[in-house]
Amino acid sequence: MEGDLAHIGAGLAAIGSGAAAIGVGHVAGNFLSGALRNPSAAAGQTATLFIGIAFAEALGIFAFLVALLLMFAV
Amino acid sequence: MSEDAQEQTHGEEAVVANGADAAHGADAAAAHGADAAHGAEGGLQIHPMDQFIVEPLFGDGPISFYTITNVTLWMMLAIVGVFILMVMGSRGRAIVPSRAQSVAELTYGFIRKMVEDVAGKDALAFFPYIMTLFLFIVMANFLGLLPMSFTTTSHIAVTAILAMAVFLTVTVVGFVKNGAGFLGLFWVSSAPMALRPILAIIELISYFVRPVSHSIRLAGNVMAGHAVIKVFAGFAGVLGLGAVAPVVAITAVYGLEVLVAFIQAYVFTILTCVYLRDALHPSH
Repeated sequence: MEGDLAHIGAGLAAIGSGAAAIGVGHVAGNFLSGALRNPSAAAGQTATLFIGIAFAEALGIFAFLVALLLMFAV
Repeated sequence: MSEDAQEQTHGEEAVVANGADAAHGADAAAAHGADAAHGAEGGLQIHPMDQFIVEPLFGDGPISFYTITNVTLWMMLAIVGVFILMVMGSRGRAIVPSRAQSVAELTYGFIRKMVEDVAGKDALAFFPYIMTLFLFIVMANFLGLLPMSFTTTSHIAVTAILAMAVFLTVTVVGFVKNGAGFLGLFWVSSAPMALRPILAIIELISYFVRPVSHSIRLAGNVMAGHAVIKVFAGFAGVLGLGAVAPVVAITAVYGLEVLVAFIQAYVFTILTCVYLRDALHPSH
């Protein structure tokens, strides 16, 4: 029973990956809309883009880690 | 190990059920037997997490801190790869560079520009450290993409050490350069006075979470990608020779993984630069 519940929990934790996808999409989409308005400034901001994506993605990775722990460590 | 634990819980369950109701217990035992058979014959032949098992290279004794394992081997190969790329690449010093030389020069220029742009000119003293970090991580990631190889950066133990080293360096540099002024990093002077203590607590927490997210981001991304490849490989194993779709999927995911291997090394390095900038110029 506990193992089954852990599997359900792992599935629920996988929702976090979708939430991270929304976050990364926000960052990339807003960067693109800004970059198309002012393409000359876009090149200097790619580093910021990657930092933003990394921060947004980290929490999705945490959710993935929780799922892994539930699958293999509980 | 986790499998064992699961087996154990299953076993206990069956025993408990047996004590309560003999028929039900037999049922549970039968279900458990079916489960075990399913695990052994049907389902995925390759466990997606098996590729991350740390094993000793010689014999199979217990693993101590001095045991030479596959992690040690692939870390050494990463260092040898970096050595070959940079030392052999810069040996010729031709005006018109060879392929190896241009790769070495482009990498050098890329990282140097990144340190200068993100962390500032005075951070160039740390350029060798950041360059080493980038080359080691990118080489370990790329070597991990070879079939049958071992990805050292997929282990949080490895990335945590790298991230802790960065964290300690940044903290020490911050206090050495700015003294107590480094604490100004936590005191957001642009915020209203009433909010500042609350923000200081939040900033403090986010500062200490840095090494955690820094390490788990790299390990998690790499591990997730490799596990996905192995899951598709498991599908291919089940389908046999007609497995066109899994092979196409593996090829696509592999392409993505090559990108991720580079981007995650880049992100790790650029975050190091961001932390370094905070340490050198802590004014908020």
